[in-house]
Amino acid sequence: MKVRVISRSEEAFTRERSQDVTKVFRNLDPRLHPMERAQEYTRALNAVKLDKIFAKPFIGALSDHRDGVSCMAKNPSRLNCLVSGAMDGDVRLWDLAYRKTVAEFPGHNGAVRGVSISSDGDFLVTCGDDCTARLWELPAAEIGEVSGGVKHCEPVMVFQDKNSFRAVDHQWEKKVFATAGANVSVWDYNRSEAMTSFSWGSETVVSVKFDPAEPDVFVTTGSDRSICLYDLRMNTPLRKLVMQTRTNAVAWNPREPFNFTAANEDCNCYTYDMRKLKFAKCIHKDHVSAVMDVDFSPTGREFVTGSYDRTVRIFSYNGGHSREIYHTKRMQRVFSVRFSGDATYVMSGSDDTNIRLWKAKASEQLGVLLPRERAKHEYLDAVKQRYKHLDEVKRIDRHRQLPKAVFKAKKLRQEMTEAARKKESRKRAHSAPGSMPREAARKKRIVAELE
Amino acid sequence: PQSNENTDTIKPKIRKYNRGERLSVKGLKDKKLKSQLKTKEDLFEKSALTAAKVEQWLLPSEGGALEADDGENTYDYTQEDIVKNVDISSAHKAFDLRLPDLGPYTIDYTHSGRYALIGGRKGHLAVIDWKTKYLMMETQVKETTRDIKFLHNEQFFAAAQSKYIYIYDKKGAEVHCLKEFVAPLKLEFLRHHFLLVSTNKAGVLHYQDTSTGQIVANYSTRLGPCRVLRANPYNAVVSLGHSNGTVTLWTPNMGTPLVRMLCHRGAVTSTAFDMGGSYMVTAGADARIKVWDIRKMQALHSYMAFQSTKSLDVSQKGLLAVGSGSTIEIWKDAFQVKQEKPYMKHRLFQNSTIQDLSFCPYEDVVGIGHTGGVTSILVPGSGEPNFDSFVANPFQTVKQRHEAEVHALLDKLQPQTIMLDPQKFGAVDKNPRKNLREQEEEEDESKKIQGQKKAKRKTKGRNKVGKRMAKKQLEAFGTKRSIIREQQQQQKQTKGALVKEREEPLPRALERFAS
Repeated sequence: MKVRVISRSEEAFTRERSQDVTKVFRNLDPRLHPMERAQEYTRALNAVKLDKIFAKPFIGALSDHRDGVSCMAKNPSRLNCLVSGAMDGDVRLWDLAYRKTVAEFPGHNGAVRGVSISSDGDFLVTCGDDCTARLWELPAAEIGEVSGGVKHCEPVMVFQDKNSFRAVDHQWEKKVFATAGANVSVWDYNRSEAMTSFSWGSETVVSVKFDPAEPDVFVTTGSDRSICLYDLRMNTPLRKLVMQTRTNAVAWNPREPFNFTAANEDCNCYTYDMRKLKFAKCIHKDHVSAVMDVDFSPTGREFVTGSYDRTVRIFSYNGGHSREIYHTKRMQRVFSVRFSGDATYVMSGSDDTNIRLWKAKASEQLGVLLPRERAKHEYLDAVKQRYKHLDEVKRIDRHRQLPKAVFKAKKLRQEMTEAARKKESRKRAHSAPGSMPREAARKKRIVAELE
Repeated sequence: PQSNENTDTIKPKIRKYNRGERLSVKGLKDKKLKSQLKTKEDLFEKSALTAAKVEQWLLPSEGGALEADDGENTYDYTQEDIVKNVDISSAHKAFDLRLPDLGPYTIDYTHSGRYALIGGRKGHLAVIDWKTKYLMMETQVKETTRDIKFLHNEQFFAAAQSKYIYIYDKKGAEVHCLKEFVAPLKLEFLRHHFLLVSTNKAGVLHYQDTSTGQIVANYSTRLGPCRVLRANPYNAVVSLGHSNGTVTLWTPNMGTPLVRMLCHRGAVTSTAFDMGGSYMVTAGADARIKVWDIRKMQALHSYMAFQSTKSLDVSQKGLLAVGSGSTIEIWKDAFQVKQEKPYMKHRLFQNSTIQDLSFCPYEDVVGIGHTGGVTSILVPGSGEPNFDSFVANPFQTVKQRHEAEVHALLDKLQPQTIMLDPQKFGAVDKNPRKNLREQEEEEDESKKIQGQKKAKRKTKGRNKVGKRMAKKQLEAFGTKRSIIREQQQQQKQTKGALVKEREEPLPRALERFAS
């Protein structure tokens, strides 16, 4: 007869010394792993709860300004650089890692309205209420040089104009920048007068933004509730989109050259495709007061907004509602926000003279992760993704504590929209069929599209 | 480029790792969803193929086997023959513990198969590392102990003593006395949920969480004292066998059994489940052993036994052990095809009666508790040769045991997740019987009705005997029924007439006034 019985030798399954690697054996047979789905669900639930426990997004504040922060600019070629301008004419270069001022750029007499850095990180352009735009050279900061004291820089060039400037943006390729004020002007470094000026109708241009992926295209917003598209290679503006309320800021999606998101006064953000301005691609609703600034993450998948209602929200590029909200009792009206260059941090500059540094993902573990830690985080992310739609997990994931004013305002807005919706549906029910056509929400806010 | 030589051997193995059929995305119009689902399905296929390859090439141990020579049968071989032909360490795995004084013994193994717990009827409890024969702990509790069970570790075990359930430490110290449950008969431990299940003489089924101590559920079965209790390892559903021949399946979420099956013509004496959760075996006082497909709820085979079977067990590899009287028979592949002959047989020394059978996980051994003590016999091919260190590790160190306990507690499943088909967890209900809103409305209505007091039936002065007899006669002849039926038909006709009047549809605004 032939007999064979399971016999395991201890040496093969255990380790001799504590320096040896612990032997781990896997058998992936599903019979040995029963109730996998329930277990994954339990892990997802625990992971979501742990997320809430570890959600500590606030990192620190940059508080050297003496008046409200009006504008910020990030350096496209350096991660630790941030330039901010304040309402008293103060322009500072910060080292984000040390949260200290590296250099100051004194010169502006009134409020600084716009700051922008060239794509190679060498030059800084600022503009302000004193009708000047100034060009500065950014000092090349090395790691650990912060202790050397604050440098005071001199402007390389001062560009004078008749009217005050409202915004400035540097082009992504050439040594050219555009300013917004009474009209849009495009300036070159070497000329003291604007190269070209565009205007369409009599309105103040409130903001200007160059498309990073399409360097010659830029968009401006005006106080006549319009969004205008321009191309540097043409003499005349391309297209104008008039909405029901004014747009405060625009941000281009770095991954999709033709899409931009507009931060509007009516508490929503609208994403448009520049080729089809007839309707918005997506409406992002969650703020309860005017949205002041928008900035995209370098991944192009998320953007951060700062609003007049003292909150900072992070939206998904195609999502109708925010995935995260940051607020503090000490943070007042948020006037500018920036997403950091490595998509990990979010900076918000607000009325209370502070620039706050937040994590983009509130419960993320920063720093160097061991491979096992990283694998565990990835596994938990995947498992949360799989069971995110189930009630318990969704409830815990979605929950955010809102400041009382925001909570009440949100409720009020919900009531108002619900009342309007009911009224409209009753009107439609009691009128002749077909006499009340339905209007798409994405088209509703657009008044006109002009060429 | 995949080699074609291996596809024939690998394909049947891939099916095991596929959790369901591949989803066809052809009809989908949403392009993004279609591409996302397609990549997901490709990933699943890839992972199933990798798992199958791992099984074929990377598993360290081989299973056992017993092959008979030409002209002989496997059931002719005795334990002595097998022990002679096997290496020394395996030969030591077959042993006899002669303990004739302290009653028929029950035996339980830990989930890793390393430690064995034996409990004599007269109160003798012992925990042994059975491979090295090292006695971990031994006590005498001086009470009738009807059943014993390891909890999540070898550190704790529960004993169903004459009045209450007691939980003991690895050193024999009594840690808990569960006073809420009186006269326990049988115990079962659901490992993933940390639930101790027990039945008692009053026919009550009791679920208690051993990590928090909370009593999860207490249901009276109303079918008398229940001496047969078994948990299905696939879905944690518990089966009770009753003296009227029915087997009921319970979860802690419902006060009534999920399934009630009439299995035998006499009392049910034992049940056992296959590890994959497809088959259930039941033995009854009518000397039959029946195999059921528990997923389709169908009877498959019925075997005849010569004696009433006291205990059944199914090994990890699907071998069925039947213990009746003092013989134990082991049947191979007994579920899919009806076998004619057993795989192995063994008769106990001094004709001691078998009390309890338990296959040792991850070993080719079955432990028998009987009136003469405890015996362990070799059954080649019964155990799963390859263990998963994160599920059960027979070579677990102290640190690994600590870590495993913490992970098990973190991954503890809630009792609400126990369902008959665990694959349905988190799935979309394709035919919801009721809309959520309708359900809420119904609940409100039922609350209102419950709030209203019941109208008192006045029978004072109206309960004359003569009238009661006349009523009974009417019911017997069915005339009342026919009267009611006529009335219903008349009502329908009148309703139909009313409905027919309205041919034009009402304008939408007035619809809410229509009756």
